[in-house]
Amino acid sequence: MTAVLVIGAGPAGLAAARAARARGASVTLLDAADELGGQFWRHLPASRPASNERVLHHGWDTFRDLAETLEFDDGCRILRQASVFAIETRGSGPAEVHIVVGEADGAGRDRLVLRPDAIVVATGAHDRTLPFPGWDLPGVFTGGAAQALAKSERLAVGERVVVAGAGPFLLPVAASLAATGSRVVGVFEANRVPALVRGWLPKPWQLSGAVSKGGELAGYVSGHLRHRIPYRLGRMVVGAHGTDRVEAVTIAAVAPDWTPIPGTEQRIEVDAVCVSHGFTPRLELAIAAGCALTADRFVEVDAGQETSVPGVYAAGEVTGIGGADLALAEGTIAGHVAAGGTLTDAELQRPVRRRTTFTRFAERLDAAHGIRSGWPAVVTDDTIVCRCEEVTYGQLRQTVSSTGSRSLRALKLSTRAGLGICQGRVCGRSVETLLAGCQPDGLLGDPVSTDRRPIAGTIRLGELAAAPTTALPTTSTPSPSIEGTP
Amino acid sequence: MAPRLLAAGDDPVRPGPSTPLTIDVDGEPVTGIRGQSLAGVILAGGTLALRRTSVHGGPRGVFCGIGVCYDCLVEVNGQRDVRSCQRRAADGDVVRTQYDPLPEAPEGDHA
Repeated sequence: MTAVLVIGAGPAGLAAARAARARGASVTLLDAADELGGQFWRHLPASRPASNERVLHHGWDTFRDLAETLEFDDGCRILRQASVFAIETRGSGPAEVHIVVGEADGAGRDRLVLRPDAIVVATGAHDRTLPFPGWDLPGVFTGGAAQALAKSERLAVGERVVVAGAGPFLLPVAASLAATGSRVVGVFEANRVPALVRGWLPKPWQLSGAVSKGGELAGYVSGHLRHRIPYRLGRMVVGAHGTDRVEAVTIAAVAPDWTPIPGTEQRIEVDAVCVSHGFTPRLELAIAAGCALTADRFVEVDAGQETSVPGVYAAGEVTGIGGADLALAEGTIAGHVAAGGTLTDAELQRPVRRRTTFTRFAERLDAAHGIRSGWPAVVTDDTIVCRCEEVTYGQLRQTVSSTGSRSLRALKLSTRAGLGICQGRVCGRSVETLLAGCQPDGLLGDPVSTDRRPIAGTIRLGELAAAPTTALPTTSTPSPSIEGTP
Repeated sequence: MAPRLLAAGDDPVRPGPSTPLTIDVDGEPVTGIRGQSLAGVILAGGTLALRRTSVHGGPRGVFCGIGVCYDCLVEVNGQRDVRSCQRRAADGDVVRTQYDPLPEAPEGDHA
């Protein structure tokens, strides 16, 4: 029996686990959290279950169905609070996956090594927030933080809140804030109507299969009207103000390339601001496994969701930002093929069609809402760019000018930007853009990126030094395949 | 004006009964609900700044909320550098905010 390890229990990972089980594989599904669902289906914990959880979610019944199927299936082992910190590939054989299991950042967590026949990487994405003056003040959150606290604790991050940045994700963030008791004083989308129209309208017939997605967005928009939340286009947060916490933000109109337009600034008193400009895929485990990346830095996969490394598959936001419906389709394909199935099998025909539909939808969302090249104009010399190491844009600029270096690696070492405890997860891509912008021709000289992290997660030295527990057998307990297909 | 928990009676998701808990934050008792993260309990208690930075001594609080940014590190029951957004609060947890200023170089030491 094929042993499949699925890393990540969001939409893609859950779908992969169920499809692999349906194809007869033994499955280990792991996630760093202690609840299934990933960021998309974050919910109140088992200690305080909600009877009407579905009002906060898109596709809640799909989640319950996936989670219950897997939880009651003896052939699927679920490891909660399990973090993969390294994947070692040895020749062409199966990789060794190094895991710690236990409370987040605890000491003395159990170490575990798995050697599965196939791996599905479904590690998702996190918010990308571009730097702006004051973004390091307490009270400035990513959209994902507001969403996570609202969904999993019913905590509103503020009473008067601005939501800003770019992308359709701003709408569910505002909706869950409103449903948690915040007054959302405005949603500010940096892109303008022409960009949105160009992205949305050229081939409307492609959207016919994406109606559920359209319905979701329509639901958010009507929810906004119901809560009377203004949705303004072509506006951006250009500063957050306060001493020990955010007290106000400045919003400005921006040109189509996101350069702020002088004289349009407007100050708004808030006690919280939630800013997201898109998402960054969580690539470290795919990179650790040796997977090739695409030019726009997602995991490269073939039609069966297999990466450049045989036996390693990827699904969901790591292969391109596309939302939960696309992640479900990709996860189903990845799990089925990882378990020995082929793309032409009957049970994959629907997910393959849905993948095509939702990929087109995602391309158009990106065309409409993607980050534009003028954003660095908002960054001032004393704006902190690397939050961990407190490196300002002025330090980056002066270091380039005094060293003449074109090397990202050298400039990171001399400024320490991106070398702090988050390992450049928050600032890495912005640091690359800003450093390139300091060069006469706008280009850095070395082909490295900030995505490579040899230790993929935090682990205490004592845990690293401890002997791993004996690898639990993933193939020794055959159990009947679950009935039915996704 | 501060972050706050939505009262269960007003909540459209209709949460089940909650179990209260109390943690100690720098010597002050802060109450929360079982299942909340440490960051959530501290935020709902009205505190946004969870630590001070080493270089400028500036305040930092929860930023990403999903374990990526490490801005919400606190000491928990004697264990340093725990992401408070990722750790569920337990009744009686002793939380200390962290501040590790950089050591000052002695006069004339350019090593």
